[in-house]
Amino acid sequence: MVDEKAIEDFTVKLLQLAVTELPKDVKAALQRAYCEEKSDAGKTQLKAILDNVNLAEKTRTPMCQDTGVIIFYVKAGTQVENLGKIENALHRATIRATREVPLRPNAVNPLTQKNSGDNTGRFLPFINWEVTSGDTLELTVFPKGGGSENVCALGMLRPGDGVKGLKKFVVDTLIKSGAKPCPPNILGVAVGGGADIAMKLAKKALLKPLDAPNPDPELEKLERELFEAANMTGIGPMGLGGTSTVLGVNIDYAHRHPASYPVAVAFQCWAARRASARIHKDGKVEYLTHKVV
Amino acid sequence: MTVYKLRTPISEEDVRKLKVNDTIYVTGTIFTARDEAHHRALEFYKEGKDIPLDLQGLAVFHCGPIVKKKDEKWIIVAAGPTTSTRMDLFEDEFIKNFKVRVVIGKGGMGKKTTDAMKKYGAVYGAFTGGAAVLAAKAVKNVKSVEWHDLGMPEAMWVLNVEDFGPLTVAIDTYGNNLFEDVQKSVEEIRQKIYEKLSV
Repeated sequence: MVDEKAIEDFTVKLLQLAVTELPKDVKAALQRAYCEEKSDAGKTQLKAILDNVNLAEKTRTPMCQDTGVIIFYVKAGTQVENLGKIENALHRATIRATREVPLRPNAVNPLTQKNSGDNTGRFLPFINWEVTSGDTLELTVFPKGGGSENVCALGMLRPGDGVKGLKKFVVDTLIKSGAKPCPPNILGVAVGGGADIAMKLAKKALLKPLDAPNPDPELEKLERELFEAANMTGIGPMGLGGTSTVLGVNIDYAHRHPASYPVAVAFQCWAARRASARIHKDGKVEYLTHKVV
Repeated sequence: MTVYKLRTPISEEDVRKLKVNDTIYVTGTIFTARDEAHHRALEFYKEGKDIPLDLQGLAVFHCGPIVKKKDEKWIIVAAGPTTSTRMDLFEDEFIKNFKVRVVIGKGGMGKKTTDAMKKYGAVYGAFTGGAAVLAAKAVKNVKSVEWHDLGMPEAMWVLNVEDFGPLTVAIDTYGNNLFEDVQKSVEEIRQKIYEKLSV
């Protein structure tokens, strides 16, 4: 039996894990970027990033002062007990984590400019629900920073522009973003659906582990092509020049309207924070992204 | 590339020695200021009102820190830089009026700020975006918090720091701007990338 309080407690734990410790695929990608970086300024930046990541993990403090807006992805089996109480538990966990970790209060009313002070507010934390069969609950926390969010872009291309148009849009968007999204970045790209669907898929693509190949060979090929193109730009770590501009490109798609060709590009900064866990019917928690003793 | 250790108050002469790509570490007093604190400081200046401290020779840090209070003392938990371009709106006037010598942030700044740095003597020190724990480690203590009513991220946190850095000098007093140089070379390679992707 999984009760509301248990969900709240383990969500606080997940939030703390996410902001203090990077998943191992991200750490490995940063390490690789450091080894391969050609520019001195870029190497200095990557060294500072790695030192910072290690220090954050050791001292259990947030690796970046911008602990983001809190986004949850919930995959809930229909037989999970207390389904109706999850939303409440996630809200309370967000408030508690803000105080206990602590997280920076980042929920601002866009009309009055007032900060709620506890990371909650209208539609925040944002919860993406997915209903599955079974009795397990899978939760991913995704604290999303503002610097990389500000350069996300949506292009409503013409169907005639096709995949070539997509590639050009991604390259142009990356070049325009320059130093702003704290490179090296992860790019989430999605094409099709509609304006909202493309952006939703692009953002979700940021969560795909960097060491997991895309099961679709066509997408895998496109990802590699754009990865190489992105690193040709020379933007480099923190935009100070270098060969490591992106750590990965993850692409997804949805079928589209015959008249539309939406392309969404979502950016993730080097502090690619995410944490996932599965909670079983008997209350046993299985951490998917982090080692927890 | 040369490494310099600077101590506040930093003189105009000292910053005029620095060149882009140099690395600097700052010891002494720095203060955080984002959009709201810049705005208020300039409003106060315009109205002839005193601001809470003399900023001459100090370093302004574009940062919205996470701070907690323990035993009545403020402790900086995380303090990485925020995107500096937002402060391009104010920074030329800010440098002119308050004579800060180092601007610390991420992402670089534009022409207006670069011109002001050349004219009045200040440099831009790029700190690794998000490296909040490294930054916090260099903070010895919080001297004061001013304008706390602006909220935790926007308030002016006055910090006593030791070897705060590494900061890459990305704008110097000679009108050089490293970020603009990188942008220019990226522009030059754009066509080659298009060709490689056949777009």
